[in-house]
Amino acid sequence: MQPGLLKLVRLVAQRDLRLAIRHWDQVIQPLVFFVIVTTLFPLAISPSLDELRRIAPGVVWVAAMLASLLALESLFRPDVEDGTMEQWTLSGQPLSVMLLAKTATHWLLAGLPLVVMAPIVGTALGMPRSVWPVLAGSLALGTACLSILGGIGAALTVGVRRGSVLLALLVLPLEMPVLIFGARAVDLAMHGEAALGPLNLLAALALLFVSLGPFAMAAAMRISVES
Amino acid sequence: MTSEARITGEEPKSGTRWLWFFKLASPPHAYRLAGLLRPWFFWPAVALMLIAAYGGLLLAPPDYQQKDAFRIIYVHAPAAALSLMVYVVMAVAAAIGVIWRIKLAHAVAASCAPIGTWFTVLTLVTGSIYGKPMWGTWWEWDPRLTSELIMLFLYLGYMALRASFDDTQRADRASAILAIVGVVNVPIVKYSVVWWNSLHQGPSISKLDAPSIDSSMLWPLLIMMLAFVLYFVAVLCNRVRSEILKRERNTAWLTERLARS
Amino acid sequence: MSLSEFLQMSGYGAYVWSCYGLTLAVLIGIEWAGRRRLREELTRATRRAQMAEGKS
Repeated sequence: MQPGLLKLVRLVAQRDLRLAIRHWDQVIQPLVFFVIVTTLFPLAISPSLDELRRIAPGVVWVAAMLASLLALESLFRPDVEDGTMEQWTLSGQPLSVMLLAKTATHWLLAGLPLVVMAPIVGTALGMPRSVWPVLAGSLALGTACLSILGGIGAALTVGVRRGSVLLALLVLPLEMPVLIFGARAVDLAMHGEAALGPLNLLAALALLFVSLGPFAMAAAMRISVES
Repeated sequence: MTSEARITGEEPKSGTRWLWFFKLASPPHAYRLAGLLRPWFFWPAVALMLIAAYGGLLLAPPDYQQKDAFRIIYVHAPAAALSLMVYVVMAVAAAIGVIWRIKLAHAVAASCAPIGTWFTVLTLVTGSIYGKPMWGTWWEWDPRLTSELIMLFLYLGYMALRASFDDTQRADRASAILAIVGVVNVPIVKYSVVWWNSLHQGPSISKLDAPSIDSSMLWPLLIMMLAFVLYFVAVLCNRVRSEILKRERNTAWLTERLARS
Repeated sequence: MSLSEFLQMSGYGAYVWSCYGLTLAVLIGIEWAGRRRLREELTRATRRAQMAEGKS
């Protein structure tokens, strides 16, 4: 990257981090949601860890997907509402880079905490400690994918009133492969098998989405923001 | 501008080699052409469907395992093929619309969506009915049915996004991005679903395929697929004409043409 | 085969014929809906055009 782009990324990231620290209570809400959703399953199914252990990978992954969906509300909406995004589209700077920087920062605040929290929540559902590396690894790659796909959806629906459900409808089908590979990786690890296959597939998806996604995001954002 | 372009408002693009393409893309020409071509798609489609139905229901011998139930494949498989094909056509049209800014392409994309949705629903319902005698339940998470279900979600999402914009131009462009992202994801989804399914049972052939397909069973299937494609184009012609009428309502060419009739 | 064999489809008659019936219904449905929509748009657009011409 040219020095100009690096500086741009740094400025965007610093701004978002500063804003997030000021509103840290909003930042942790998706994380709390994640924990609450995983709590629903023992209540709905059974307190027996043996039973829960079998569905634990799926439960943790689905809860992470839903939490990341909720977190998307704070990705673009504030900037679009106060007019900052319009300025960005008119600024002459590469919008795709700026949006990627925003999404990456958002991942640090919304995705990474899920990755850290997951082993704790997993243990509560009966996951053994041996699974933690694969759990964290698959979620790290997975939440990166979810952030990009979610970012595209968010950019498309940011101008739509009450667009959160529409966002979910658009983004969840696209995220299904990520769920399949991620949950499967953890499941393999739980049975003591090598999870390299699905993890590699997840890594490939992450690479694909991170490299192409920002262009779709920028195109979508321009449409949403133009008046 | 040439005199033609003055009427249609489209700028002639550089080079006369592609002129026929952009002339085709002008709404008045497209409107006329769609009307003229339609019968040439519709009637052959109907004829081929009758031939294929005759071949599939009467000529093809009953399958060893599935007996006569396998005949459902003659409607289920073409519907599935079309549900995918229509999505690709929709995405390609949408991409042409955003890249070359051709309004007609957006009209085509918008027209494809409801047709594709119905083919997807038909695939799911016939698949479910086919499944009941074959494996005893009304639903199974087999690769074809699962990926068809996800296709249905993609179609519904596309139409929902379109509907959420009041301005047609913005609806066109936003849904185009969604369609392009969707079409890139379709192979990923299909691969992941087949992979997911194969982990729990041996080879990942959909349970809904007639096990051994020999030539007397195959030709009605291919004819039916062709028939469905032609039928889709025929229906699309009418829908595109409707879209053109709606979108071009304030233009000179349309007002002139309709006031005269 | 005889007519009754044809309808029975070796016991799977209900399944086979409901599938073919639904397919026919969907195919007819999309065509009919397309024609109806075109007719409506044409009427609407013609009325609008004639009013516009009437004014000028």
